[in-house]
Amino acid sequence: METIFADRKEILEKALFLRDKEKFDFMMDLCGVDYLGCARERFEVVYHLFSSANNKRLRIKVKVPENNPEVQSVSSVWKAANWFERECFDLFGIKFSGHPDLKRILLFEEFVGHPLRKDYPIDKRQSIPTPVDLRKNNREGFWINFGPSHPATHGTFRLMLKLDGEKIEDAIPEIGYLHRCFEKEAEDHNYAQVIPYTDRLNYCSSLMNNVGYSMAVEKLMGIKIPERAKYIRVLISELSRIIDHLIAIGTNVVDMGGLTNYWYTFNVRELIYDWIEKICGARLTTNYTRIGGVMRDIPAETFKYIPWVLKKLDRAISDVTGLLVKNRIFLDRTRFIGAISAEDAASFGYTGPCLRAAGVAYDVRKAFPYYHYDEFDWDVPIGENGDTYDRIMVRFEEMRQSARIINQVLEKMPGGPIMTGDYRAALPPKASVYSTIEGLMNHFKLIMHGMTPPAGEVYSFTEGANGELGFYIVSDGGPKPYRIKVRPPCFAIYQAYPELIKGHMIADAVAVMGSLNVIAGELDR
Amino acid sequence: MYSLVIDIIKVIVIASAVLTLIPVLIWWERKGAAYIQDRRGPNRANIFGIRLGGLIHNIADVFKLLFKEDIIPQQAHKLIYLIAPIIVMGVAVSTLAVIPFTAPVKLGDFVIKMQIADLNVGIIYILAIASLGVYGVILAGWSSNNVYSLFGGLRSSAQMISYEVAMGLALLSVIMSSGTVRLDEIAALQGINILEWNFIRQPLAFILFLTCLFAETNRNPFDLPEGESELVAGYHTEYSSMKFALFFMAEYAHIIVGSMILVSLFFGGWQIPFLSTEFMHDNMNALLKLALPVVSVSSIAAGVLLMRRTKKFGWGDARDFEPLVFGLPAVIFGFIIGIAAVFSIYLNEYAVSIITAAAQGAIFLVKTLFFCWLFIWVRWTLPRFRYDQLMKLGWQIMVPLALINIIITGIVISR
Repeated sequence: METIFADRKEILEKALFLRDKEKFDFMMDLCGVDYLGCARERFEVVYHLFSSANNKRLRIKVKVPENNPEVQSVSSVWKAANWFERECFDLFGIKFSGHPDLKRILLFEEFVGHPLRKDYPIDKRQSIPTPVDLRKNNREGFWINFGPSHPATHGTFRLMLKLDGEKIEDAIPEIGYLHRCFEKEAEDHNYAQVIPYTDRLNYCSSLMNNVGYSMAVEKLMGIKIPERAKYIRVLISELSRIIDHLIAIGTNVVDMGGLTNYWYTFNVRELIYDWIEKICGARLTTNYTRIGGVMRDIPAETFKYIPWVLKKLDRAISDVTGLLVKNRIFLDRTRFIGAISAEDAASFGYTGPCLRAAGVAYDVRKAFPYYHYDEFDWDVPIGENGDTYDRIMVRFEEMRQSARIINQVLEKMPGGPIMTGDYRAALPPKASVYSTIEGLMNHFKLIMHGMTPPAGEVYSFTEGANGELGFYIVSDGGPKPYRIKVRPPCFAIYQAYPELIKGHMIADAVAVMGSLNVIAGELDR
Repeated sequence: MYSLVIDIIKVIVIASAVLTLIPVLIWWERKGAAYIQDRRGPNRANIFGIRLGGLIHNIADVFKLLFKEDIIPQQAHKLIYLIAPIIVMGVAVSTLAVIPFTAPVKLGDFVIKMQIADLNVGIIYILAIASLGVYGVILAGWSSNNVYSLFGGLRSSAQMISYEVAMGLALLSVIMSSGTVRLDEIAALQGINILEWNFIRQPLAFILFLTCLFAETNRNPFDLPEGESELVAGYHTEYSSMKFALFFMAEYAHIIVGSMILVSLFFGGWQIPFLSTEFMHDNMNALLKLALPVVSVSSIAAGVLLMRRTKKFGWGDARDFEPLVFGLPAVIFGFIIGIAAVFSIYLNEYAVSIITAAAQGAIFLVKTLFFCWLFIWVRWTLPRFRYDQLMKLGWQIMVPLALINIIITGIVISR
C-alpha cells in the first residue's frame, strides 16, 4: 500500500485535496500508534483512505510529538473521522483541533490516563464508572433513556432520545459498555494467542474474524498458505456470512413484532452451527484458523451435509420472504425509513450490506479479491434507497450469493495439506520433531518464542458480514504485535445511526438499529 | 329468591368455565406458536412424568407467579398501582354478563335465559364496559412512574379510544339490520341458515369488528402498548408476581370474551347450522339414536389410538403411561355412551331440554375457540404496526368504511 507522510498542521488541507482531487471518498480507518522510545516524535496517527472511483488505497502518516500531541481534525472532510478521532483521543490522548465534540468514547469520563500508550501498565485497575447524563446542557424537552440494557439493543449500547410524542428529535449515542481492551490485550500476547480474542469481535460470525486476522499476519510474514486451506477459509467465511445475515434479519423482524421469522432463520443457523461444532468443537467462539492454515481438516460428510443445509437455507429464505415482501405492514415499516444516501454512506465509512443497500457496488471480494474470490461466479447485490427495506433485501440476496459461492467451493475443493510448510508459523510434524535436530529446533522456537514476523506494518482487510473488517498490524520484529488496530465495520455504521433516526418514530429507531446489525462486541472491542 | 339462586349458579358456572379456558388458551398459544415456528413448545414440566403435552406447564407458571416477590416500585402511586390490574381483569370478565350461551332453556314452566344478565341494552353495555378497560391500562402505565410504562399507557389509551369509534360504528350497522340491541335476540334472529348469519349479511362490519377486536385486546399486529422490542413490556413493565399475572390473564380473557361477542353477533351465536332448537327438542330421541353410536365409536377409537402409544418411547418411568391419562377415560366414556345407545334410554322433556342446551353450548364453544385460534394465528404471522400507521388505519380507513357501511345498511333496510 502506498504510504505518504503529512505534517500535522497541513493534514486538513491535504485531506481536502485527496478527497476532492484524488477522489478518496472513503476514510476507512484512523488510528494512533505509540512509538515510545523508538522514534524522535512519539506518536503517529495513521489514516487509511480508499478511493472507490480508482479502486485505490492510500495510507497517510502524521507524526505527533509527545509534548504537544495535537493534530488537525479531518472530521469536516470525512464524517467517519468524528468517532475514529474520538477513539484515538481516548486511547492515546492525541488531541484533534477543530473536532466538534472531542471526548472519550470507548472508556468512561473518569478514566485516568490513556491505555494504549506504551507506558500505561496493562494490569492497572481503575474504579467502576458512574452513569453519566449524556444531555450536557440541553435538558429541555422530553428525554428517554434507551439502553444500555434494552430488549432492542441486542447488546449493550445506550442511547438518549429527545422525543416529541413518539417522534425522535435528537439522539445521543453512547458506546463502550462492552469494551474489553482487545487491542491492549493483543499487545501483551503473541501472534497465535490473539486468534481467540478475534472470536469475540463479531461473535455472530467469529470464523470470519479468524480468517481476517490470520490473513493479516500471513501478509505481514509473507507466508503462502496451501490451496485447500484457502478454499476452506472461503467456505467458512461464506457460511459465517450466512449465519450472520440470518441472525440480523431474524432479530430485525423480531424488533418489528414478527416473531415467527426468527425461528425460520434460526433453524438453519442451528444446522450450520452443528457443522461448525464438527470442525472445531466450539459453536460460538471457534478459534479455527491458524496462522498459515486452519486448525483441522473439514469432515468428509461436509460435501453432502452443506449442500443439504443450503437447500434448507433456500427454503428458509423463501419462507421468510414469503411472510414479508408482500406484507403491507412490513413494507410500511421499512421502506424509506432510516435511508442514507450513497454520498453520506461513503463519507460515514459505510461498507458491506449497508453500503450496498445505498447503491454503491463496493465489495472487498470483488474490488480486492483474495482467496480466489475472483474465480467464483457470483454477483454483488445492491439496493436503491439505502433504507431498512433495502438493507434487509440485500442481506437476503447476499445469502443466496454466498450459497452459490459455497457450492462452487465444494465442487472445486482441492486436496493436499491444510497447513503451510513454513516453519516460521507452522509446527513441524511430530515425527520430524522426534528424529531431526531442525524439527526439534523449529518446534522449540515456535513454542517458546512464538512467531516473529519481520518489522513492518500491514493493513489487511476482508469482507466481513457487516462490511470491511480491517486489521492494521505493526510489528517491531518481536514475538508480540507492537500494535494491532481493528477496523470494525460496525463502528463506522453505528456512528451514522443518530442521523438515520432523527425525525422518525421510536419504533423506527428499533427497526433501523436491527437493520444495521450493530454488534456490540465489534463496536466496543 | 328462586331466580337469585339460579343467577348465582349461572355466574359461578360461566365465570369458572371462562377462567378455566384461560390456561387452556395459554397452552394453546404456546403450542400453536411452537408449531407455527417449527419447534416443540413446552414439554418438560411434569407431575410424576405426566406432561399432557405441556398443559402441566401452566400449573408451574401459576406456582411461580404466586410465589414470586411482589415488587411495588418506590415511586409508584401505590393505590392506583394496585387497582389497575384489578380493573383490567374485572372489565375483561364482566363483559361476559350479557353473552347468551344457548337458547333459553324451558324446564316445564320455567324459562331459564342462558345469560347472566338479561339486559335490554346488550351491545351498549359491552361497548360501555369495554371502554372502561382503557382505565386499567393507562392507570397502570401512569402509576408505575416509568417512562416506558407511561408510553405504553398513552399508546394504549389512544389506540383503544380510536378503535372504539370504529367498533361502535361497525356494530351500529349490525344493530340497524337486526333491529335490536339485545345480544340474545341478535343471535336468535340469525337463524339456522348459515347464509343468513350476520357475517354474510354484514361482511364489512364483520371485518371491521374483527380488526377492532384485535386492537381492543392489544394483540399483534396491534400490540403497540406492550411492544416488547420498543417499550420493554409497555404498561406492565413494573408489574410482577400475581399483578402481572392478572394482566396476562386479562389478555386471554379479552380474547375469549371478544370471540364470544364476535360469534354471538356474526356467527349465529349458539345456533347449530340447520338444526333449530324446536326441531332438536322434538326429535331429540331420534337424533340421539343416530348420534350416540357415532360418538361412542369415535371416542373408543380415539382412546385406543392414544393408548397404543403407551410404552412406545420406552422411557422406563411414568411417562410411559402418559397416554392413559386421556386414552382410558375416552374409552370408558365411549363404552358408557355405547351402552346408553344400545339400551336406547328414553329421555323425558327436562333431559331433552338440557341436552339441547348442552349441544348448543358446545357449538358456541367450538365457534369461540376457532376465533381464539385465529387470534393466535394472526399474532404469530404479522409484524407490528407503527403508532402513526395504526392511527391512520383507525381514523382514515376504518371509520370512513364503517360510516359507508352504515349508509349502505340504511339504504338497504329502508327499501
